[in-house]
Amino acid sequence: MIELQNVGLSMGEFSLSGISFRVEAGQYAVLMGRTGRGKTTILEAVCGLRHVKAGRILLGDRDVTDLPPGERGIGYVPQDLALFPTLTVAEHLAFALKIRKSPQKLIDERVAEMAELLSITGLLKRRIQGLSGGESQRVALGRALSFHPPVLLLDEPLSALDEATRAEMYDLLARIRDRTGVTTLHVTHSNEEAKTLGDRILRLEHGKIV
Amino acid sequence: MPDWGFFLLLGLIGGSYVLLVVIMLAADFFYTEPSDFLESLQRPEIQYAVKLTLVSCTIAAILSLWVATPLGYLLSRFRFPGRWLVDTLIDIPVVLPPLVLGLSLLILFHIEIGGWQLERWLRDDLGFPVTYRVPAVILAQFSVAAAFAIRTMRVTFDQINPRAEDVARTLGCSRSQAFMRIALPQSSRGMMAAFTIAWARSLGEFGPILVFAGATRMRTEVLSTTVFLELSIGNLEAAVAISLIMVAMAMLVLVVLRMLGTEMRS
Repeated sequence: MIELQNVGLSMGEFSLSGISFRVEAGQYAVLMGRTGRGKTTILEAVCGLRHVKAGRILLGDRDVTDLPPGERGIGYVPQDLALFPTLTVAEHLAFALKIRKSPQKLIDERVAEMAELLSITGLLKRRIQGLSGGESQRVALGRALSFHPPVLLLDEPLSALDEATRAEMYDLLARIRDRTGVTTLHVTHSNEEAKTLGDRILRLEHGKIV
Repeated sequence: MPDWGFFLLLGLIGGSYVLLVVIMLAADFFYTEPSDFLESLQRPEIQYAVKLTLVSCTIAAILSLWVATPLGYLLSRFRFPGRWLVDTLIDIPVVLPPLVLGLSLLILFHIEIGGWQLERWLRDDLGFPVTYRVPAVILAQFSVAAAFAIRTMRVTFDQINPRAEDVARTLGCSRSQAFMRIALPQSSRGMMAAFTIAWARSLGEFGPILVFAGATRMRTEVLSTTVFLELSIGNLEAAVAISLIMVAMAMLVLVVLRMLGTEMRS
């Protein structure tokens, strides 16, 4: 479950206040709104990458408002993906588990499982340079989901993809939703994405969620 | 202007500088005889200066990189109180006349503060005298070289996308883990460049060394001071020969570092 209670945020001269919404556990919510209205800022606040001026953020039964990003248990895929240029695809999938000092056997099994789910087994030894847009997107998704986070945040994940790849990604995101049951908040301004993927649509209009 | 004219103009303007460097080196080369090189290299004080130059420049470059990496990262990533002041202070060793920098180091180590003196404390209590000794050579080189290394590392981190470190933090990294695992590996080329610049600056450093470390043969003499000492006794041939040895050393180090950098990237 993701819940924002009267959250206030500011970024330079831009600010949002009184943001409140709730996404139930296992739900796939789509947050829509025009460019520059603060959708990404809200996602960053949920991740812990942006300071919250007012209000509370709850994930499940935990108040995470003051927790550092790494303790929130959130899988995050930013719009620019921000893959790690010095790591291979397999190292991306293993990254969060290595940080958590998981046993190597468990890491290897999880990497293989994620690679199979995302159809990137053949790419595991490659570095990220030269991957296509769709392949990069799958690696970023795998990295975010590798440590079994209860919450997944996606920031316009399909905006840079061609039509055919986007259709593949719709199937993949639906498969991830069904297989993992992860609570998802997906930011987009595409009606098609919202209708295809969303259980619930939230709209950010005039600084408020409607 | 046609394209060929444009490229010709660029080539002529840029080439004039390259030509200046080449003819300067050629003039040095033709001024000396091979025997001048051999004679210079056989002298024990020159052999000492070559060794001290290699060792001191390398230590100064390592120290510069050690300081430049965290400071470059801080300046690139964070807005903290007094940041502009730190930014300005870093440039002072670059803009200060070299002799003034040497003088400042000399005063720092010898100023009496309530009967306490840094040099006396280091020498008598720690058994580590600095002024007019090898550590003074390294400190004089480091004080200027570090400023160039910091600038290089700051630009390096400016060019690395901080979003990757943000994502690493959402995956469970602390800030230090994100720095060590994500930012630092990406900065390897910049670190190599910073090391190279610091090494080259240290090789050419002369003013602060002369004031703070002196130019004592077989003790604090590095190649830049050798040139000065040979000139001061009117031995122009030896001064030019040693200058060319410095050019050869600099080119060798630059080529080796570049090869290492290429190997690391591949």
